[in-house]
This record gives sequence, C-alpha cells and structure tokens, in this order.
Amino acid sequence: MTAPQAPIAMLAELTHRCPLSCPYCSNPLELQNKALELSAEDWAEAFQQAAGIGVLQLHLSGGEPAARRDLEEIVHAAVEAGLYTNLITSGVGLTKRRLEELNEIGLDHVQLSVQGVNKEIADRIGGYKGGFERKMQVAAWIGEIGFPLTLNAVMHRQNLDSLTATIELAEELGARRLEVACVQFHGWAAVNRSALMPTLEQARAARDTVNEARDRLAGQMLIDFVPPDYYSRFPKACMGGWGSTGLNVSPDGTVLPCHAATTIPELTFDKVTERPLSEIWYDGAAFNAFRGTDWMPELCRSCERREIDWGGCRCQALALAGDARATDPICSRSPKNAEVRAAAAAHAVEDAPLVFRRMPRPEKAATSVDAQIKELVD
Amino acid sequence: MTPEDILPDTACPALLRGVRTHWDKVRDRWVLLAPERAMMLDEIGAAVLRETDGKTPFAEIVSRLCKTYSAPPEQVAQDTRGFLVSLIQRRMAEARL
Repeated sequence: MTAPQAPIAMLAELTHRCPLSCPYCSNPLELQNKALELSAEDWAEAFQQAAGIGVLQLHLSGGEPAARRDLEEIVHAAVEAGLYTNLITSGVGLTKRRLEELNEIGLDHVQLSVQGVNKEIADRIGGYKGGFERKMQVAAWIGEIGFPLTLNAVMHRQNLDSLTATIELAEELGARRLEVACVQFHGWAAVNRSALMPTLEQARAARDTVNEARDRLAGQMLIDFVPPDYYSRFPKACMGGWGSTGLNVSPDGTVLPCHAATTIPELTFDKVTERPLSEIWYDGAAFNAFRGTDWMPELCRSCERREIDWGGCRCQALALAGDARATDPICSRSPKNAEVRAAAAAHAVEDAPLVFRRMPRPEKAATSVDAQIKELVD
Repeated sequence: MTPEDILPDTACPALLRGVRTHWDKVRDRWVLLAPERAMMLDEIGAAVLRETDGKTPFAEIVSRLCKTYSAPPEQVAQDTRGFLVSLIQRRMAEARL
C-alpha cells in the first residue's frame, strides 16, 4: 500500500448536546453527555496538531456547537491554528451578539441546517417548536454580518416533494451554497428507515430538480447533491476513501475515520488527548483497517471502480450485509443488492412514526424555547 | 455569456468573502480555501490571485503577468480569464465593474 496522504479536513464534534432531536441525526445512537466533552484547551491543542499534519478545513459541528458556552474561545483557537473554519449549526443558541463576536474572531463560513421549508414541517422533524422561526432570524443576521452561508437541507420522503421550495428558500436567504443532502441511513436514520425512505419516483425527481436548478443558478448559487443511495447503481466513496482525506473527532476526543465508525466492533480507536494526531492518522489501527484496496473482497479488488468508490461504506456493509469487509450492498454488483433494493421499496411505502434522537440522561421538562436554550448553554 | 462578458478587460476581479489563499507548509504550495472546497494552486494560479485584489482591472493584471513571465499577451489573457471565470462560476470570485 502506498503511504497515506495528509488529511485535508477535520470534523470536530464539539458536543452531542442539541436542542433539536432530528430523527436522522448523524451522531451515534449512544450519545456522549457533557461531562465527557473535551475542554477548549484540548481542542486548541488538537487544532494545532491538525494544522501541523496538513488539515486545511475545520468543521465545527455537534450536536449543536453553539450549545458550548466557550464556542468563541474554540473558534479563536481554530483561527489561531490557521484553519479555514466552518461552523455547522442549527442556528439555535446563536444570538446576533455571538455571531458578531465570531465574525470579529475570524470565523470563515457558516452552514445552517433546515429541516423543512415552513415551520409546520421543520419544527415537527426537528422536534423543536419555534426552531424554524429562529433559524430564519439567524439566517438574516448571517446575511447582515456578511458571512458566506451554506444552507444544508436534509431531505427524505417526508420533505422531498418540497425540494423546489427548498431551493427557493436558499435563494431568498442569499445562500452562496446549498447542500441537498438526502438522508444517509446510519444510526438514528437507520432506526427511522420506514419513516424516511424516499420512493424511487422521489429519488428520480430530486435529481432532475437539482440539475435544472444548477443550470438556472449557475454563478449565483452552488448546489451540492447527496443522492439517496439505496437507489444508486454504485455506492458512495465514503469519506472520499477511508483514511484518505478526512477525520472526525468525537466530543470526548476519540478520533474516527468516519462519524459512524464506532458501529464496527472490530475497530479500536485512539483519543487525541492520549496519542499524537499524526500517529493516529498514519499508524492508528482504525485508520489503517480499510485504507487503500488490500482489505477489499475479491469483487471490489477486481472492479474497475475500486479507486472511485473505494468499496463504498464500511458501516453500511456491516449494517446491511453483516460484514464490514463486504462490498457495500448498495452496489448493484453486490450479491446482497436485490435484497437491499427490495427492502428500500418496502420501507418507502411503510408509514412508521418518527423516533427522535435523545440523550442518555433523563430529559428535563423544558417549556419555552428560551428555557430550552438556557438549559442548553449551561 | 462568453468569458469576456463575465469578466471584461475593465472589470476588477476579486475573491469573495470567505475565499482566501493560504500557504500550505505541509504540502509546500499555495492553496485556495473556500466553503467546503480546497483547491491546490499551481505557480501561475497563485500569481494570478496575488494580483486579484478587487482594485486592479483585468487588463492590468494580464499586463503585469506578461512582464513577470515574458509570455505572449493573448495566451496570458485567455488562460487568466479562463481561471478567474471558473472561480466566478463556482461562487468563489466576482467581477467588480
């Protein structure tokens, strides 16, 4: 195997706490509570090390990163490290004053999530009353301050029919970039497959709608599209290839090759507070487990797309084929593909209730938006 | 629209906010950083962006590059415009008129 390249991007999950409880949250099913979170000093050290091994782009995510009272200190450390710093937020927990301060500190970019195009659907999917209105307010502040804005719209069966309106919303908010991200069925989303799986018709229509909008908005708004992969012919190159371009760090400092990697029991992980990031990236067991093509089953190793798809997603292979080393069953060449397609078609016509994500501790009864935010930042 | 319509000789190209060049000491080269994008720059790309300050007309940028690289103006104009127009179309730069 050739020597791994330096990483380009790091996703820092500053916390798993979040006022929203989206049923497709990309955090793991076992959420970490506040007591486990790294301190701002730990993050500052991690950012310095990340920059030192070649990371250029830093994504500050969560949970909701604004749930951390010391977010400003953390952003400052990221800017000091010379990283291009992106805040991935639901908007809830941000005030105009906090945004102005982040602007002065040197935050480069804001990515704001939307769960739907109006408060009825958005607040229902986000599990948070008043969330949509607050997001619209936050988007207006972002525009006033002048941050470049990406709108991240997570799409699924319950909102894909309003994709055109979603694109119009991004235009109205002055977004420079829109991510139309169809739900990837890991973790919480996998629990909700029956409630969220798009139909084949929706999947086709989404592609057409995005392509039309890309033409119409060329030079005005960039649209990145993550298609619903159960209907794709070939799997996605997860993380652009395992251990090839990016790494994730959990709230407690565990360094992961992808956000769902903890679902693979055979892997062992290191913490950024216990081992130098450089060693974790180049020598860590988890990063080397599925790097390159040597680990691949014969079906992938002999495939002309082996260095395009990189075998697809390991977590999905485990979840759907029962083997993390199998060809991603999303691939039309996988022996399991027919089964997966039939399951997707079945999920798409089921009508299951949403299962919302929740923290491991008992939930406190919070009534108003402000009370919840107050609780969140404490 | 032709590249000349998007970026006329008299317009001053500028990088948009949130888009900046960065010396990558690990890879020993200039990179252009933008939302969700990192673009490795070659020597010419880096030289073009050094002149791209929102105040210098495109024609002047071309003339400076011609002097530095002793290259034919038509070729330099075409390559430089192609590069900057690609950034404009990707919402990384704009042409200020």
